[in-house]
Amino acid sequence: MASQNLQSVPAELSPEELEREQAGQAYFDRIISEDSRIEPRDWMPEAYRKTLLRQISQHAHSEIIGMQPEANWITRAPSLKRKAILMAKVQDEAGHGLYLYSAAETLGQSRDKMTTDLIAGKARYSSIFNYPAISWADMGAIGWLVDGAAICNQVPLCRASYGPYGRAMVRICKEESFHQRQGFEILLELSNGTPAQKQMAQDAVNRWYAPALMMFGPPDDDSPNSKQSMAWNIKRFSNDELRSRFVGMMVEQIKVLGLTLPDKDIRFNEETKKWEHGPLDWNEFKDVLAGKGPCNAQRLERRREAHDDGAWVREAAAEYARKQAEKEYAA
Amino acid sequence: MIPNDSPTSQARPGTPVVVAPAANEPHETPWSLWEVFVRSSRGLSHVHAGSLHAPDAAMALRNARDLYTRRNEGVSIWVVPADAISSSDPDSKGSFFESPQGKDYRHATYYTKSEGVKHL
Repeated sequence: MASQNLQSVPAELSPEELEREQAGQAYFDRIISEDSRIEPRDWMPEAYRKTLLRQISQHAHSEIIGMQPEANWITRAPSLKRKAILMAKVQDEAGHGLYLYSAAETLGQSRDKMTTDLIAGKARYSSIFNYPAISWADMGAIGWLVDGAAICNQVPLCRASYGPYGRAMVRICKEESFHQRQGFEILLELSNGTPAQKQMAQDAVNRWYAPALMMFGPPDDDSPNSKQSMAWNIKRFSNDELRSRFVGMMVEQIKVLGLTLPDKDIRFNEETKKWEHGPLDWNEFKDVLAGKGPCNAQRLERRREAHDDGAWVREAAAEYARKQAEKEYAA
Repeated sequence: MIPNDSPTSQARPGTPVVVAPAANEPHETPWSLWEVFVRSSRGLSHVHAGSLHAPDAAMALRNARDLYTRRNEGVSIWVVPADAISSSDPDSKGSFFESPQGKDYRHATYYTKSEGVKHL
């Protein structure tokens, strides 16, 4: 693979190589300082490539694993309309995963390697998808809170310094807002329904609130990579900054829903002009990331199964293509 | 030499984007990479939308429809094998595009004496 040359930095560089590296670094620094975009074939620091590859592939995996909690509810959606909406949303998540895998591939990682890493349990994905979706109201809470948090995180990523990532994010953000609105609508309908339905909606919000806040990542003083990512214009705002913004939006929206957020400590800090929230259980976050969440094993198992079950389709399609090409060649 | 590459791939022609499977993994032929161009409405050009993997052109077109036109984004799609695209060398970006520099007279804005003259 051509790009692997870029991945191994030789211990000692010849004078010409050193000169090329320095020229590359200078060009890269200029592009970043002008807030312009780096494109796939540009020289880039090895750490920049690695950081992006990790972030984009994890993001892609999250979209793919993220199909599961909602796909589980397609057969049990309360109406044909809701079923059609849910199917469209799950299809979007698959699409988002594919856009992001394409972006990651431009950094020199093959699609197959990423797929294999995911099903082998070697790759990470967002902690949020390791929580179970136990009621229909969870489809509402996932759309409103989880996709809402994702949008908050992703809108600034449209301006990420790496061109293919930014372009994938633009496409994703356009599609994502339907996801959040349909979730909001599910909750609103339940909230205006019977007392039991309203309780179901409140229960879902109670369970998804804290995990959604943790989607923004650890607090700034415990997020070692953030500073470098911001210096490279990959990240535009810190984890805490985005989390605070999100809390501010939810505070208003929950009123329209006629429900409450399970957090007594929410307040607007007049001095910092920022929204503050109650303590989050970061040990739980670390456990879920480390594979000890309620659904980690189930999600990976399901993904592995789907990949294995699809093997014959991929093989048949490849074989058909090979035979057609052969025929064309012979003719 | 002008290297070939695709807008999104780093792979050069003749360099299959394949990572050798580990000894214990079953080998699968990876689907090749295609670049997708979508015409959003009649009268406009096809514009690069992204890329995807597919075993052949027919599947690439179907996948492209599902992946890039779920919301009526297109009325026509082109798919092109990524390794069939030639591009300018990124390392010589400066010199390759040097020629128009200093030739401001190729732009209408270069001619200022006609300012104020109508319909010119």
